[in-house]
Amino acid sequence: MFERIMIPVDLAHVSQLGKALEAAADLAIHYRIPVTYVGVTAAVPGAVAHNPAEYAQRLDAFARSEAAAHGHEVTSRAYLSHDPTTDLDATLLRAVDETGADLVVMASHIPNIADHLWPSNGGTIATHSQASVFIVR
Amino acid sequence: MTDDPGTQGIPAPEGEANLIDTDYQIGQDNISAQIGPFGLDIHNPVFLISGITIVAFVFLTLAFQQSVEPVFNALRNWLTGTFDWFFLLAGNIFVLLCLVLIVSPWGAVRIGGKEATPDYSYSGWFAMLFAAGMGIGLMFYGVAEPISHFGTAMGGVSVEDGVRTDWAPLGGAAGNAEEARRLGMAATIFHWGLHPWAIYAIVALALALFSYNKGLPLTIRSIFYPIFGERVWGWTGHVIDVLAVFATLFGLATSLGFGAEQANAGLEYLFGLPVSDGSKVILILAITAVALGSVVAGLDAGVKRLSEINMVLAALLLLFVIVVGPTLAIVTGFGANLAAYAEHLPALSNPFGREDANFAQGWTSFYWAWWISWSPFVGMFIARVSRGRTVREFIVCVLLIPSLVSVLWMTAFGGTAISQIVNDGLTTVQDAPLELKLFEMLGALPLTSITSFLGIVLVIVFFVTSSDSGSLVIDTITAGGKVDAPLPQRVFWCVFEGLVAIALLLGGGLGALQAMAVSTGFPFTIVLLLACWAIVKGLASEPR
Repeated sequence: MFERIMIPVDLAHVSQLGKALEAAADLAIHYRIPVTYVGVTAAVPGAVAHNPAEYAQRLDAFARSEAAAHGHEVTSRAYLSHDPTTDLDATLLRAVDETGADLVVMASHIPNIADHLWPSNGGTIATHSQASVFIVR
Repeated sequence: MTDDPGTQGIPAPEGEANLIDTDYQIGQDNISAQIGPFGLDIHNPVFLISGITIVAFVFLTLAFQQSVEPVFNALRNWLTGTFDWFFLLAGNIFVLLCLVLIVSPWGAVRIGGKEATPDYSYSGWFAMLFAAGMGIGLMFYGVAEPISHFGTAMGGVSVEDGVRTDWAPLGGAAGNAEEARRLGMAATIFHWGLHPWAIYAIVALALALFSYNKGLPLTIRSIFYPIFGERVWGWTGHVIDVLAVFATLFGLATSLGFGAEQANAGLEYLFGLPVSDGSKVILILAITAVALGSVVAGLDAGVKRLSEINMVLAALLLLFVIVVGPTLAIVTGFGANLAAYAEHLPALSNPFGREDANFAQGWTSFYWAWWISWSPFVGMFIARVSRGRTVREFIVCVLLIPSLVSVLWMTAFGGTAISQIVNDGLTTVQDAPLELKLFEMLGALPLTSITSFLGIVLVIVFFVTSSDSGSLVIDTITAGGKVDAPLPQRVFWCVFEGLVAIALLLGGGLGALQAMAVSTGFPFTIVLLLACWAIVKGLASEPR
């Protein structure tokens, strides 16, 4: 049914992604398709890595650890953003196209009033992407 | 298992790195919380202390305005008067270090690692650093300052009780219009050329080096790591960062308040809009609203785009003045003014034994304190957008090219105004108040209504580009160097800056707190001198 899953990963808050990661792995095993773990980083040193190259290595290591835990095929892609706070949605939409994913699994928060001001990332991806989007609360 | 190392989305590997080995994790002191529907990721205690202290200062200034204003003004005057030699000497050190870095082998070090590629094209990069650096000042002082120095130089030297009472630069040029013009332009270019840009370049280079190459967070305290070591993550660093937030916010808010007054005067001149508190508040709200839109749109879609629009508009106005004004005088004046600047530079930058104390203290020392108080903000913003450039390329583009643009701008605007006085006998520009000098100068040229309107738009947009980049900088410092903090935080700082400006405008105290912001130039001069040492030490350990 699907050919590739993409899952956006915030390496600084992996503990909050448990259900989405589990769901992506289960779907990958069920459909026997690979999962691409996508991360977005700034060039400035951050909580996860000192520079984009180190970030990419950490993301790749994370993808490998998921593969080891669940046994599915994985790839990873790190994206550089000048301003991740505002450019995350656009970067993820580009990632959907570039990875060739036709299913996006992503964690999102429970909707609240702030979503009327700034729509959630998951909501924006579901609205603008041609891929199927599975939002995990 | 993976189809590649996982770096397709990243334009280039960073190459050989020489990270500082520290146990500090960026964000480890941050508080992540949910306040209602909004998420927060703020540094503890920099965010809270900065916010509370700023509010306290605003209230105290409003409450004790009459007694506070003279104190802050006296503090500023005392610092710029007593330590004029210190400011001038430090300024010279910054310029010399920058020039040495251009020709030294360290110039080959690349910001962000040996193989890093630039984040921005030359045009976008230059537009952002210029708009954040001094755009608005050029609008107001491009005409006013050359005329002022020309006038005082023409007036020559006057002495009472053995003390010079005139404000002429150096020895003045009594009654000699041509020499007064040369001296006036040289003095103006001195204040807007190599020295201010060297101040920004030092802060920006130190921050960029210690962040992109050494892996430390993008906050002012990181510059001090070579000096304080791990202690920089404690209260020593907290104080440095709070001071940077303080100088940035009060510098921006008071400039915004004064800018609203000046823009209001311009709008009255052009369209008859009455000068009133209501008009000024509306102007601040409008500028803040556009800045808000810019910070919410982000660095690329907001700040960069506005800066580029700004540059195009400024270039159009400059081109218009060159073509319609005294074209030949401007074209030949560019070289002549550069030569006058080079000729007078040693005397103008001499820190010791100055006879023109009023000029050296009241103008130069004040300017240096002013530029230095803005340097944490402008330097940090320049640092953020300069990854991928070599040190040599960085200094040339942050020091030399903006200085040349300043020379061209001053030559066109100041030169035209002086020409109107000397050649055409017009005194309207000379007699006009500061905020109207630009418009009076444009008024003597054709298509006044169009160019003056363009001038007003430029004034406002220049304020927006300072406000939005300043909000990003404060947000980054108060988030412990994280640039991916939740959006509401930068919205908070942008709105907060507008509210502080309105409170000070309506309640009084703009002058007092601006004097205090300029006074922070003194401690930051020491910071910058230490930054020079940190740059040398940092570059020495970099792979080239």
